Amino acid sequence: MSIRIFSLLGLLALWAAVAWIAADPQVLPMPHALVLPFWEEATSGELFYHLGRTLIRVIWAFALAMSIGLALGLVMGLLPTVDRWLDPWLVVFLNLPALVLIVLCYLWIGLNETAAIIAVTLNKIPNVTTIIREGARAMDPNLRDMARVFRMPRGTVLRHIILPQMAPFIAGAARSGVAVIWKIVLVVEFLGRSNGIGFQIHLYFQLFDVLHVLIYALSFIAVMLLVEWLVLQPWEARVRRWRGA
Amino acid sequence: MITVDVLAKQFGNTQVLNSIRFEVRAGETVALLGPSGIGKTTLLRLIAGLDTKFEGHITRPDKMAMVFQEPTLMLWRSAIENIRLVHPDLTNDAALEALNEVGLAEKANLFPGQLSLGQQRRLSLARGFAGRPDLLIMDEPFVSLDAKAADEMLALTERLIAQTKPATIFVTHAIAEAERLATRVLTLHGAPATLVT
Repeated sequence: MSIRIFSLLGLLALWAAVAWIAADPQVLPMPHALVLPFWEEATSGELFYHLGRTLIRVIWAFALAMSIGLALGLVMGLLPTVDRWLDPWLVVFLNLPALVLIVLCYLWIGLNETAAIIAVTLNKIPNVTTIIREGARAMDPNLRDMARVFRMPRGTVLRHIILPQMAPFIAGAARSGVAVIWKIVLVVEFLGRSNGIGFQIHLYFQLFDVLHVLIYALSFIAVMLLVEWLVLQPWEARVRRWRGA
Repeated sequence: MITVDVLAKQFGNTQVLNSIRFEVRAGETVALLGPSGIGKTTLLRLIAGLDTKFEGHITRPDKMAMVFQEPTLMLWRSAIENIRLVHPDLTNDAALEALNEVGLAEKANLFPGQLSLGQQRRLSLARGFAGRPDLLIMDEPFVSLDAKAADEMLALTERLIAQTKPATIFVTHAIAEAERLATRVLTLHGAPATLVT
């Protein structure tokens, strides 16, 4: 933990050094210059409103992408025939730029919340599917045989045989998913929403207000670091605890 | 009564089993012998219902158990959970008793990774017998154990078979193992493999 804090303090020092060299707060303000405007944004409620809107979009897109990607990845990993049919689709979607999907969703569905969430979800599903498919392929076939011979109930097989083997892959997909999804959500908000961190960054970009762009971006990075440290890492440690036993 | 009537089993264009017929009664232990690669494990998988693509017919009971070449345990669940999840009807005490039968009662809450290979094999054996199966299938259960551990496992298996009295079919390379455990020995020979009586 101490290394983590010193590492972040080092990054802060680097920022301060570059700001000192640049010597232009319009281009890059010193870190301490953010404190007062941050407090004003926080106490006015603006910051938390926009953080909340973005967080809701991230949660929706994450839940949808993980659920659909998990199901698709499992089916493709376990059924070679389905894999042969869907693999070309996967390659197409993996290589489709995020921006294209976002623009198409806004054009086809409209500038609304549904289009925003669908665009982010569609961007992430191929990555989740690819990771989960690899996990499904790596599952121990002997355990599947064991479950069949002993006629274990399907629910038990899913919970105690399939999911524990898939856990490292699900954790990997979740961590990379969260990291990618919130960045795409910001682009979606930048292009077509009237609230959220991406919208605020767009607003302050037009005003060439670097200070507020940094306040909103860093606030959301802080939220995502908390999610990583308080939710994802403890969960990953829990599902891996048998390895260290 | 287990009836095995395999007319043919093919992998692609290669026929590996041909006209194999035998029966196993309750309490009887049949050893399947034969050289490596002849199709012993393939035949066991047909009998266990793990491979259904063959010509012929096999009748088997609902209550089956299998002891694999590798222990094939859920490494993320404790020893006792490895038994109770496979046999959900078993009480905690009954699962503990099954572990006690193989000398692992004190290791009930350890993960398989914390057990030696010999202990993992015994856990696999306990799991097999815990449900009091009508048919027990074993695929070289004593392979890669040192002589002392293999002898202990053989003695344990002998005792558990005598207590539970399932119809047992097991594959082995070792004639000594077959002579010690089996009431009848079947040998596979040739390509495609057939039974030598």
